[in-house]
Amino acid sequence: MKFDTPATTNPIDRLKVVGKPTDRVEGPLKTTGTAPYAYEHRDFAATQAYGHVVGSAIAKGKIASMDLDAAHAAPGVLAIVTAANAGKLGKGDFNTAKLLGGPEIQHYHQAIALVIAETFEQARSAAALVRVEYTREKGAFDLAVALDTAVKPPAMFGTEPDTSVGDFAAAFAAAPVQLDQRYTTPDHAHAMMEPHASIANWDGDELTLWTSNQMIAWSVGDVAKTLGIGKDKVRLVSPYIGGGFGGKLFVRADAILAALGAKAARRPVKVALARPFMFNNTPHRPATVQRVRLGATKEGKITAISHESWSGDLPGGGPETAVAQTRLLYAGADRMTMMRLAVLDLPEGNAMRAPGEAPGLMALEVAMDEMAEKLGLDPVQFRILNDTQVDPEAPSRPFTQRQLNKCLETGAEKFGWAKRGKPGATRDGKWLVGMGVAAAFRNNLNANSAARVRLSGSGVVTVETDMTDIGTGSYTIIGQTAAEMMGVPLDRIVVKLGDSSFPVSAGSGGQWGANSSTAGVYAACVKLREAAAQKLGLDPIDAVFADGKVKAGRRSFALGDAAKDGELVAEDMIEFGKLAEKEQQSTFGAHFVEVGVDSMTGEIRIRRMLAVCAAGRILNPKAARSQVIGGMTMGAGAALMEELAVDKRFGFFVNHDLAGYEVPVHADIPYQEVIFLDEVDPNTSPMKAKGVGELGICGVAAAVANAVYNATGARVRSYPITLDKFIDKLPEIA
Amino acid sequence: MALPDEFSISRRGLLAAGAASVAAASASSSVAEAQSRPLADPPPTAKLRFDVNGTAHDLELDTRTTLLDALREHLHLSGTKKGCDHGQCGACTVIVDGRRINSCLTLAVMHDGEKITTIEGLGTPDKMHAMQEAFVAHDGFQCGYCTPGQICSAVAVLDEIKAGIPSHVTADLTAAPTVTNMEIRERMSGNICRCGAYPNIVAAIGDVAGVKA
Repeated sequence: MKFDTPATTNPIDRLKVVGKPTDRVEGPLKTTGTAPYAYEHRDFAATQAYGHVVGSAIAKGKIASMDLDAAHAAPGVLAIVTAANAGKLGKGDFNTAKLLGGPEIQHYHQAIALVIAETFEQARSAAALVRVEYTREKGAFDLAVALDTAVKPPAMFGTEPDTSVGDFAAAFAAAPVQLDQRYTTPDHAHAMMEPHASIANWDGDELTLWTSNQMIAWSVGDVAKTLGIGKDKVRLVSPYIGGGFGGKLFVRADAILAALGAKAARRPVKVALARPFMFNNTPHRPATVQRVRLGATKEGKITAISHESWSGDLPGGGPETAVAQTRLLYAGADRMTMMRLAVLDLPEGNAMRAPGEAPGLMALEVAMDEMAEKLGLDPVQFRILNDTQVDPEAPSRPFTQRQLNKCLETGAEKFGWAKRGKPGATRDGKWLVGMGVAAAFRNNLNANSAARVRLSGSGVVTVETDMTDIGTGSYTIIGQTAAEMMGVPLDRIVVKLGDSSFPVSAGSGGQWGANSSTAGVYAACVKLREAAAQKLGLDPIDAVFADGKVKAGRRSFALGDAAKDGELVAEDMIEFGKLAEKEQQSTFGAHFVEVGVDSMTGEIRIRRMLAVCAAGRILNPKAARSQVIGGMTMGAGAALMEELAVDKRFGFFVNHDLAGYEVPVHADIPYQEVIFLDEVDPNTSPMKAKGVGELGICGVAAAVANAVYNATGARVRSYPITLDKFIDKLPEIA
Repeated sequence: MALPDEFSISRRGLLAAGAASVAAASASSSVAEAQSRPLADPPPTAKLRFDVNGTAHDLELDTRTTLLDALREHLHLSGTKKGCDHGQCGACTVIVDGRRINSCLTLAVMHDGEKITTIEGLGTPDKMHAMQEAFVAHDGFQCGYCTPGQICSAVAVLDEIKAGIPSHVTADLTAAPTVTNMEIRERMSGNICRCGAYPNIVAAIGDVAGVKA
């Protein structure tokens, strides 16, 4: 089904199932421990062997020699895979560094060997006996030092590194009120709870990988390319994924090494990355240095706006697109953005939840707070004053929907924003109390997505698509979509996901999954409705699918009757046309945060959080709220604690576990409220929905930072905001 | 960029470069040592018997096997999750003789004769425990990987409060602790949820305890 004109009224608009806050359909499996994750598949369980990965102990250089004798001789060892014996390997399109290093080493903890043994304990023990001599080479590990060497990167996925409208320099110089500030964000880790894990089994030349992966079709391609085999020889199965956040968009070492190990050991092999190995072996969100300049009239109209960002990555990698939102978020006639990329020999940088916007808004939305203060304006009002209903870089492109102002106004009212005091002026016992606000912005992206639907004689509809559920609620919203389309209750729908033998979906990434994959199911269901009506001798145009029946005129059948003579199967793909080029599709929100800062110690506690979101039709308010509070939690982590500490001498992330890399825990996160504004966007798909999974994190950290400033009067421009950065600036204790 | 005293290995530098470099620096001696051992000998094993979810199990295990791996890899009770394998995330939480522990931080042989309850022992999809039902109703999970640990922890937390065991946030150590928002959050803070379902988890626990948390 082509989608190149805005949607009109369709069966989804009935909203009998879609739009309801349904419990997750896979909830009983997840809460009873019976949902099988990658490492837990029982196929060939009796013969599964265990692989343990050995990682490079240097960041850059060469392996001079590897002595495997002791490891080979250790009890239970079946085989050892290294680059020297693995045969010729390619590199996946989505990987920057090789997944099996040697002799050349590209980053610390790059995998260099897999030791396979009968048991996990034997494999781990033998892996420690692998002896490696390295020739270490000098590398670049310090972004601050590498800034001078940063260059203009090529355009990536249609995103130009530089944009310019009008004459920013002249307009900024002429602006009566100016702000020019630098901000830094550190490297971040996805730190999803399930480590990357895979089980590989070869049947002749055909490979099956039970793995934990967000993008099944991309990864089939990259497994095939890396191993030098046909895509038709690779099957990926990934029905449950213990979190991804971008860290499982791509094939990683666990999958490739399990496949190579299973070949070497002639048995199924299972591999999970050890937690302390993940932080340097797998990608991370790159650190940024950002400069924001704002010029405004005395009344608070932005006349000049610029955002520049510097980041680093391995050769062949890309920039953190931290300036992306600044191209669209606020008005201003003269404007420019710029990204520069330095070569760093740290582990690979790549996408993490809301790549670009998450760190970009950490700078821009603090700059907006600072400028509002310079102007003597309320930060909510300052943002509202600079709203734009068109793409400010291309004013002929309106936004399809843009309710940013309403998000800000609604949030301000609900949160009690009017009670916000002057910086450092509000006390609650020993606590300095402050409120902060930030805008949330993330584009809505669409990707072609296919699905197959089967109708059985008993009226059960089975959906098959390689879409993944990484905790987002895909099982549930896909089930709701099929139920709505076929006019049956949700318990008549079976949803099967995450298997490359199913039609290719949009996958989970870039908050494009929910709208795109349900639209693909919509398309397949339209075909199934036609087939069912035809089978029942009804006119497909007139047939109404409701209450488990198909009716036309005075004739009525049970839905299952259409499959009495055998299962009916339909398959289709939603194919997105150029609607998104003509008008800008984006999602908006406003985050409000209240913090308390201990007036003596500087300890920061988040007291309240509210997000108001406008993101198209909300397919399941319960699952969507969970996505947003999850983003708010990760944003709180980015604001207050998350930072991969770089060893700038040896080039690796020092705090490579969950005790050193701190993420928010229960005690850090208070009740979080989310309000979704009514919005239906016919430009996005027949579902009229948009993404919401990344909107939730966008702007949160800045709202926390602005609240800390409001509480203390001390501005910190270097994340995370830890007390050592402002304790000397706290108000005098009376 | 400048490295301090380029590539000369100081004691601190040796530590920073990690275990494999340390091994490389002393490669000859450790290989010789390893080769002097009868390497092909199987590792020592131990017999043990414990009760898991009401069923007695007799096992003979490599003594290095953690309770977590005994459950997951030997008894195929994979509801208990391995998130970090060293006591930092709580995904492997099980209840042993009434107390919640991280099953990755303890060897299976240390639990001979003990009574272990895992997520599978609390309820099944057809007959769920009240805490499991509350997690579903409050959407107290997303990806689901930390969930069995959160639920085992939550069940044990309510028992701890009932038993009068105080926590870091209990203001009055002489009074019986009560189920409050902060008591739950403090006691549950060893169970990380990266998806960020915390307020929903707290609501689910409060629901089971009969309070609005």
